[in-house]
Amino acid sequence: MKFPDGAGALSVSRLVGLIKDVVEENFMQVLILGEIANFSAPASGHFYLSLKDDNAQLRAVMFRTQNRLLRFRPENGMQVLCAGRVSLYSQRGELQVVVDHMEPQGQGALQVAFEQLKARLAAEGLFDAARKRPLPTFPRTIGVVTSATGAAIHDILQVLRRRGAGVRVLLRPVRVQGDGAALEIAEAIADLNLHGQADVLIVGRGGGSTEDLWAFNEEPVARAVYASRIPVISAVGHEVDVSISDLVADLRAPTPSAAAEMVAKGREELERHVDHLLLRLTGPMQSRLVVLRERLNGLRRRLRSPQERLRQGGRQLVDLQRRLQSAMAQRQRQAGNRLGLACGRLDALSPLATLQRGYAIVFDAQGQSVIRDAAQLTPGQQVRIRLPRGRFCSRVEAVQPLEDGPLDCPSPTAQVPGSAKSLD
Amino acid sequence: MSEMSFETALRALEEIVERLESGDLSLEDSLNCFEQGVKHAARCQELLKAVELQVETLLKQQDGTFGVGKLEE
Repeated sequence: MKFPDGAGALSVSRLVGLIKDVVEENFMQVLILGEIANFSAPASGHFYLSLKDDNAQLRAVMFRTQNRLLRFRPENGMQVLCAGRVSLYSQRGELQVVVDHMEPQGQGALQVAFEQLKARLAAEGLFDAARKRPLPTFPRTIGVVTSATGAAIHDILQVLRRRGAGVRVLLRPVRVQGDGAALEIAEAIADLNLHGQADVLIVGRGGGSTEDLWAFNEEPVARAVYASRIPVISAVGHEVDVSISDLVADLRAPTPSAAAEMVAKGREELERHVDHLLLRLTGPMQSRLVVLRERLNGLRRRLRSPQERLRQGGRQLVDLQRRLQSAMAQRQRQAGNRLGLACGRLDALSPLATLQRGYAIVFDAQGQSVIRDAAQLTPGQQVRIRLPRGRFCSRVEAVQPLEDGPLDCPSPTAQVPGSAKSLD
Repeated sequence: MSEMSFETALRALEEIVERLESGDLSLEDSLNCFEQGVKHAARCQELLKAVELQVETLLKQQDGTFGVGKLEE
């Protein structure tokens, strides 16, 4: 075979260009099932990988603009279904698949993404139980990150009203689903932290499909919840839905209503706590006061006022006066009696009394001395006689000095008239 | 006193109750304590009694500052 000369030869560029046209025109839309190998994601943001099966492999690229929309991160060994086109990379003459969309096989993309992010964040410690904070004892402002028009805010407000929790709800409205929702939610959490007035945050939304709830499974939300200085209650969807934000949050509420109940319940517990403290405050104080009042009353009973003593002194004084008076009166009576007695006895001793009994006293003529012995007398002698009543002068007619013996008294006829003359 | 936060008043109340319960205060001190405690409790109850729900929205302005508006429910 004669080797032709150079006439009609194709340049490499031309050939590659021809092949490129053929390939790219015929494989504009292909679906490829294969396993990822040689995955790399350099700083450019594009993904480079190989798709292979047991017998063949093919280079593949997924450009930044497309892979940004992926919910999961491709990994070596992962079985994927890729949609894209086949292209020829002219500079290297290499065939490659330009992947527009990629779906994991077996598990859904979301499930894979969820598991991947969960594993990564868990490894970083974002779910650590040790960093979970208790809810504030008395939340007065509750920051809520959810849709302004969704069921979540409606349910939360309804519960708080029903429980009579007089709190301030500060809603930071966000879109909770669709492109960019995760970033909005993350920004809202950061904003509430910047604003700084909320005591606790409720981040969440009402129920929906896995797709609807997806924003709460995205890394920006997880990071924002983790970074929040304010404790976060995550309340996404229904009871059965567990989101990444639930795992990062300080507390997971099964639903937004339940999150509101948790906040309100804390308040009720607090009211009981304060009531109890008040009882503990007043109870012992009251019993202490009762005891002290008893003691005081006891002391008051023992404490006599000076007035009482004065009154008592006054009574004593009156009593003593009375006793003094009666003693004096008695003494006077006694003295009177003694005087009477003495007078009686004096009376008895008085010669006048004797005279009363019929005696008379004979004095000498001068009335100086009492004649007690007849021998002192001589007939014709003048004597004075004292009678109980009155006196008289008399002349001695006869004398008989002896006690017994005849006394010669002259007869009354021999009496000389005028011999008894008046003494005065 | 009227501006005291709930947490501060509650903590003060708890401390007072514990001091009173320790029982080594003079009557005058315990009466002072008691009086303070009653004030703190009243403050706590006043705050707890607020039942009116206040609903607002936090809005971010162009310049990055925040505004607060009423929520149209």
